[in-house]
Amino acid sequence: MKFSNVMLETATKIIIFIVLTFSTYLFFAGHHNPGGGFIGGLVMTAAIVLFYMTFDVVTAREVIPVNFRKIGAFGALIAVTTGVGSFLFDVPFLTQSFTYVDLPLFGETELATSLLFDVGVFLAVIGSVMTIILSISEDV
Amino acid sequence: MNNIITLPILIPLLTGIFLIFFRSIPLQKWISAIALIVTTGVSAYIIHLISTHGILTLQLGGWEAPYGITLVADMFAALLVLTTAMVSLCCLYYAFGTVGKNRERFYFFSFFLFLVAGVNGSFFTGDIFNLFVCFELMLISSYVLLSLGGERIQLRETIKYLLINIISSMIFVLAIAYLYGITGTLNMADLSVKVAEIGQDGLLTTVSLLFLVVFGLKAALFLYFWLPGSYSAPPPAVAALFGALLTKVGIYAIFRTFTLIFYHQPEVTHTLMMWMAALTMILGTIGAVAHWDVKKIIVYNVIVAVGLIIFGLSVFSSVSLIGSLYYFVHDMIIKALLFLLAGAVIIIARTHKLHEISGLIRHHPYLGWLFFIAALSLAGIPPFGGFIGKVFITQGGLENGDYIVAGIGLFTSLLVLYSVMKIFLNGFWGETILSKKEEGKVKNVLLPCSILAALTILLGLGAEWTYVYFEQAVEGLMNPNFYIQAVLHD
Repeated sequence: MKFSNVMLETATKIIIFIVLTFSTYLFFAGHHNPGGGFIGGLVMTAAIVLFYMTFDVVTAREVIPVNFRKIGAFGALIAVTTGVGSFLFDVPFLTQSFTYVDLPLFGETELATSLLFDVGVFLAVIGSVMTIILSISEDV
Repeated sequence: MNNIITLPILIPLLTGIFLIFFRSIPLQKWISAIALIVTTGVSAYIIHLISTHGILTLQLGGWEAPYGITLVADMFAALLVLTTAMVSLCCLYYAFGTVGKNRERFYFFSFFLFLVAGVNGSFFTGDIFNLFVCFELMLISSYVLLSLGGERIQLRETIKYLLINIISSMIFVLAIAYLYGITGTLNMADLSVKVAEIGQDGLLTTVSLLFLVVFGLKAALFLYFWLPGSYSAPPPAVAALFGALLTKVGIYAIFRTFTLIFYHQPEVTHTLMMWMAALTMILGTIGAVAHWDVKKIIVYNVIVAVGLIIFGLSVFSSVSLIGSLYYFVHDMIIKALLFLLAGAVIIIARTHKLHEISGLIRHHPYLGWLFFIAALSLAGIPPFGGFIGKVFITQGGLENGDYIVAGIGLFTSLLVLYSVMKIFLNGFWGETILSKKEEGKVKNVLLPCSILAALTILLGLGAEWTYVYFEQAVEGLMNPNFYIQAVLHD
């Protein structure tokens, strides 16, 4: 049965952007403050799940045509590979470094290699949580 | 700085992730086999490095111990890592021919490699919370491997296995929290120092017993009630991997905690361990002798071996520890071999009821004699690998005056021999009831089994040559200071 809920659909269209922005904020805040890849990834998953719930699975698949299993694996690959980079520089495994760069618009910004690690965690969390939720929903 | 000791963990882990992107199953097989061959090579090189340079440590991310996470490769752990790599390579090759398309398509090889990464991580980690994390990596992979395929018995046993392990993991975290609350550190070397400083009083001994319960559950030391069911559910390649590796990680954890951290009250902890070991041996043997089901007989033999290894630890002398270590390595090899051979028997005869199998040796002579060698080695008949371990354990036990438990060890060895010979006499000898056409087809069985059989013979005949390494490992276990020095003062 196809049912459409105007209130939910309209609200979702706005809320989803707020949630996505919040997720990005949390992700970048994570370096020095509470937040980071894991929590950012969970919040982003919440946004995607909301989208799946409001519109049906078929529409959602058309809008987000990605294989979440691959996303998860790709994230894990990035996270582990940043650790492997330490082999090239002859420092202990998982060593991170950072530098200050003058970026347009942002001014002086701290860029850390742990950000790359966090990107990996972010993607791994989205991939695995979405895979779990989607496979459970398929069962019913 | 020794980045090389991350490799036995990193290679399987990275390869496992990598395989998720490949759909082609032949390619997956090739890549995973190459990964494990490289892991074996690196592990052998690490042993060489330790024998010349002493214990290798790595402070991950450059954060110094005791604040960061340390990886520590001492001889004891490195020997186990090398054995793990070789055994898992054989199981992997066996899986190529027996595990079936249905499992291969659903990331079987990825999870196989994750499991190996988790096992190697548990051996090399020097941080007790990190040990928990590696345990979880290993357990989650084992949940997947156990349930993959979705047969009725598998799903039933997975639920039991899952519940037992979740509860024991919970107790594990609880015990770690108590330990952290008392000592304020999680680094094992630092824990050893702190526990020695404040003295192992009643409270710490209680915490140590909590660890014994947790690891006892994982290692099937007395608390083995979950094991016979869940280890007989998965396909033979997976059961071999479980039987060879999973319980052994639990035993390793008992060794590590009770030789490095809680060694001050042996009259409480080690005595309790000894009686648990004795009961494990007796009850395991009863199970192995009583059953007439090929899988169940082998599974109960896993339990008997756990008892014997822990008995060697509980005696706590250099001789008994060397015996334990020999038997530890031997048991990883021989349990994999037995599971693989029993799996082949079951596939050929299409049943696991021993009464319905007969005369297999006519069409499969090589398989039959391999089984015979495995049975002799398991029971500890010279010149095979099991002999040396049993001799040293018994010698250590007798020197220490533990006549009763040493006697139990010897007596159960005899019954173990009977239980496995039962399979040989009933299954391989006798009238051949199946024609060639009626038999199930097996592929890729003889090569991995021959390699494992060769390893157990080598372990027995080459004892003179390997003794140096085992001696160095035991020296490390008897003197926690070596470990502490390597981690905290490097």
